[in-house]
Amino acid sequence: MAVTQCEQVWEQISDYIDGELDAGLRVTLDEHIQGCPRCTSVLQGTRNVLALYGDERLFKVPTGYSWRMRRRIASDTQVRRRVVIGWLVATAAVALASASVALADRLGSAKESSKSVMARLGHVPADLEVVVTDHAKLFHIKECPFVRETDHPQAMTAAEAERQGYVPCVRCLGQYVGELAARLVNRKAFAGFLATR
Amino acid sequence: MVVKAAPDADTQEQILVKRIQNGEPDKFYELVKPYERRVYTAAFAILRNAADAEEVAQEAILKAFANLKQFRAESRFSTWLIQIAVNEARMRRRKEHAEIMEPIGERQEEDGTYAPREFADWREIPSEALERSEVRELLLESLASLGGKYREVFVLRDIQHLSIEEVADALGISRASVKTRLLRARLMLRDLLAPRIASGWFSRASFEKGNKPWQ
Repeated sequence: MAVTQCEQVWEQISDYIDGELDAGLRVTLDEHIQGCPRCTSVLQGTRNVLALYGDERLFKVPTGYSWRMRRRIASDTQVRRRVVIGWLVATAAVALASASVALADRLGSAKESSKSVMARLGHVPADLEVVVTDHAKLFHIKECPFVRETDHPQAMTAAEAERQGYVPCVRCLGQYVGELAARLVNRKAFAGFLATR
Repeated sequence: MVVKAAPDADTQEQILVKRIQNGEPDKFYELVKPYERRVYTAAFAILRNAADAEEVAQEAILKAFANLKQFRAESRFSTWLIQIAVNEARMRRRKEHAEIMEPIGERQEEDGTYAPREFADWREIPSEALERSEVRELLLESLASLGGKYREVFVLRDIQHLSIEEVADALGISRASVKTRLLRARLMLRDLLAPRIASGWFSRASFEKGNKPWQ
């Protein structure tokens, strides 16, 4: 490059900043930039762009992002384990429910079938109307902010969605997807059940 | 500035990956936690919408879990994860035809040269610039107005500080394309920001001094 044109400098400005130029070309560019206000302005401005965007304070994650991520990971990565524990819970619930029903029968005031108790002991009520979308293995309530018309929401019951392998969305169904422990010792459901006896 | 993890951190990560692959799913969050912000940023840069970005970030991380067996230790876990996030976000964007308005630069030929249009004197940035919400908004708006292919490269290289090679891998394009798009993205952003930041908020001092090198 005998006489360096501004255009030639601009083409190289990115590599110049990244230190990707060989020493000779770098010196040539240095000489040109020093005597050229336009190229100095382009170089300074580009460096400012990098400094501003390189600052991690620029992008803020939404409030609760980490928490929701953690919950989602926990609910999805422990599906297998949950199936086993779920089976144990279900078995225990049936045993307890039948015992209570038997007791209640004896007292002559059976108001709830063991089936409805099971629904309350499970995660999301089996007959709850939910929607699924075709891009994620999640089910939501119709009003969930994550569901848009463009997702082609499809309505079904929670039981059907679970049968098809969908899991509840933590944003809209979070109240049902409590920690495993909370479901294991679902005191409220049991207390409510027993109180009706 | 390329932020490289220390070698022992890489080794620890590999041990973590092995443990998860061998049946300890509980360790997965520990593995991805250092990168969850980056996954979100990558998705946000492509989708330009917080709710979409969060959902895509979750999907991407779960996809990484489901496919962890396919992860090869020769590449960095973070690059692999970002690659998944980029793909998920691109799929979502395609599905929704998110580009309602044609962004700057999308129509221009990639091989053509991009000449800067603005020569405003934009010397220094005060360190508190980003604490000003109008500056943050201007930066996000300007970035959002770039064409998708420029935005992707810029975000991975200049916001996430991946190397040129890693950006090329993550996007499935050549090293030369990364450089061309990067150059253009940087110059376009400079053109968008320089006149507004330089003449507006915090460079008055240099104007008062009569320092106008473009004249």
